[in-house]
Amino acid sequence: MNGHARLLRRRLVVTLAVLALALVVAGLAAGSEGWSPASLWGPDAPLIVGQIRAPRTLGAWLVGALLGLAGAVAQGLFRNPLADPYLLGAASGATLAVVLGLAAQAMAGHYISLATASLLSSAGLVLGAFLGALGGVLLTLLLSRGAQHTTRLLLAGVVVGVVLGAASDLVTNVAPDALRGKQWFMLGSTSFLGWQSVLLLGAGVLVCVPLAWRLARALDALTLGTDSALSLGLALPRLRLVLVVVLALATGLAVAQSGLIAFVGLVAPHLVRRFAPSAQGYLLVVSALMGGTLLLAADVLARLLIAPQELPVGVLTALLGGGYLLWLLHRRGIE
Amino acid sequence: MSALACADVHVALGGTPVLKGVTLALQPGWTVIVGPNGVGKSTLLRVMAGLLAPASGTVLLQGRPLSAWSARERARQLAWLAQQGEARGELTVRDIVHLGRLPQLGLFTPPGPQDEAIVDAAMAATECSAWQHRHLHALSGGERQRALIARALAVQAPVLLLDEPTTHLDPPHQVALVRLFQRLARTQTVVSVLHDLPLALQADRLVVMKDGRVEAEGAHDDPAVHAALESVFDHAVRVERVGKRFLTIPNLDS
Repeated sequence: MNGHARLLRRRLVVTLAVLALALVVAGLAAGSEGWSPASLWGPDAPLIVGQIRAPRTLGAWLVGALLGLAGAVAQGLFRNPLADPYLLGAASGATLAVVLGLAAQAMAGHYISLATASLLSSAGLVLGAFLGALGGVLLTLLLSRGAQHTTRLLLAGVVVGVVLGAASDLVTNVAPDALRGKQWFMLGSTSFLGWQSVLLLGAGVLVCVPLAWRLARALDALTLGTDSALSLGLALPRLRLVLVVVLALATGLAVAQSGLIAFVGLVAPHLVRRFAPSAQGYLLVVSALMGGTLLLAADVLARLLIAPQELPVGVLTALLGGGYLLWLLHRRGIE
Repeated sequence: MSALACADVHVALGGTPVLKGVTLALQPGWTVIVGPNGVGKSTLLRVMAGLLAPASGTVLLQGRPLSAWSARERARQLAWLAQQGEARGELTVRDIVHLGRLPQLGLFTPPGPQDEAIVDAAMAATECSAWQHRHLHALSGGERQRALIARALAVQAPVLLLDEPTTHLDPPHQVALVRLFQRLARTQTVVSVLHDLPLALQADRLVVMKDGRVEAEGAHDDPAVHAALESVFDHAVRVERVGKRFLTIPNLDS
């Protein structure tokens, strides 16, 4: 690596670390009433800051980190800069699971037995969403008969997304009470992140980031094309499967805790490539840092922009992320 | 024993027969596979690299069926260069060439000083050391091709399989590459598909293909090979001796 590239990469990591620290402080000071730094040392600080804002702030960063990592893995795996973490059915699987759980609660005593409804709701929407996300990806893998062919995998993911999406619509048609919950889930929110979520998300980051980083050289080799990667002796079907598992775990954990937050997974790797083009090892890790910083920034903004009300953070990430991609397309068009 | 041999290899792609019984024993040195478009040259190279399984027939690497080698063992023996570089992304030239060490190191062993020296030598051989820190997407077609050839050299495999390695190269770099192959051929088996017939005639041996079969095989100065070459290209070219070398001339008079 030459000196200039090394400088760019270090500068980006330092910038993201400083930004993340500043945003954590902002996240601790931003509450439902808007900007309130005084609350940091007020009498209610242990409750408001310690039990509500701190886990929400850290949780938002961790959700963003998992989505950023999953986006970088998806883009490397599919050799497509437009790939995002929700491509393989994780989003539609999680949504269906959440809708089923909500419908079960709503329909308790009407169409299904109270015991069944209780079983479904006691399993918890979070666990349901996580299992739904993994189930969606598993279904995609089954349909594509493994991860050997990325095109087949991609098509299977699209099919699973459409079919599970239709199933969710069908459920909400039968049980309209589940619609509001579904909408909340699809918009994404960091409001309900507690310390338990932070622990789960933290464990996810600690497992997924090192695992993906260990496989970064395989993603590097894939940039040469499938045949060239195979000619280098890589067991691509197995490696792809492990990468899909990392993708499913990271995405499943993120969506289970905060719903479908749009564009973070897509945009984070793009921004890393823009500021410090690099091999996959750096890209994967720094996309996680970038994703965390982006979502935390969006979360703080969502709390402040129309305080004392709060914007759904997913709406904000979609607006900002979509705007960035449009600008990128416009710029490429000019170039 | 030849390093690489095919015995009655048949391949069909999408139901269409592409190779129809190719039998070939590659000798040490530089061998060029030539023939019109669509006769199965690249398919043959992919079969010999173990990237495509033949429908019937056998490929032998050092006397052992190719299918009996593990993927990594095979990768250490056979370095392969794709016909048209699919390479994309943010890797630098040096990153790309480093990938050539994967068969030796695997995914989890970091490269050592010896690997760095091999990477340096591979880049020097294709004259890309000066821009080794540039990203692949910022290179011209010829520069990109030289980086990818260096990647294949960095494997240090006894057999090099190169599909149209001179694509995008300007004449000085084509000549430099021919000299490189001639030098490598002293210790390695170099097999390339080439469309540039004057360059192909500088190889030690030629394999002339037509319609999925080997039409002729022999030394570059073999008159039977020259006759086959003119025939498979419908006499659009003729082979002539110019000084010490054989060249093809476009047959514009007939």
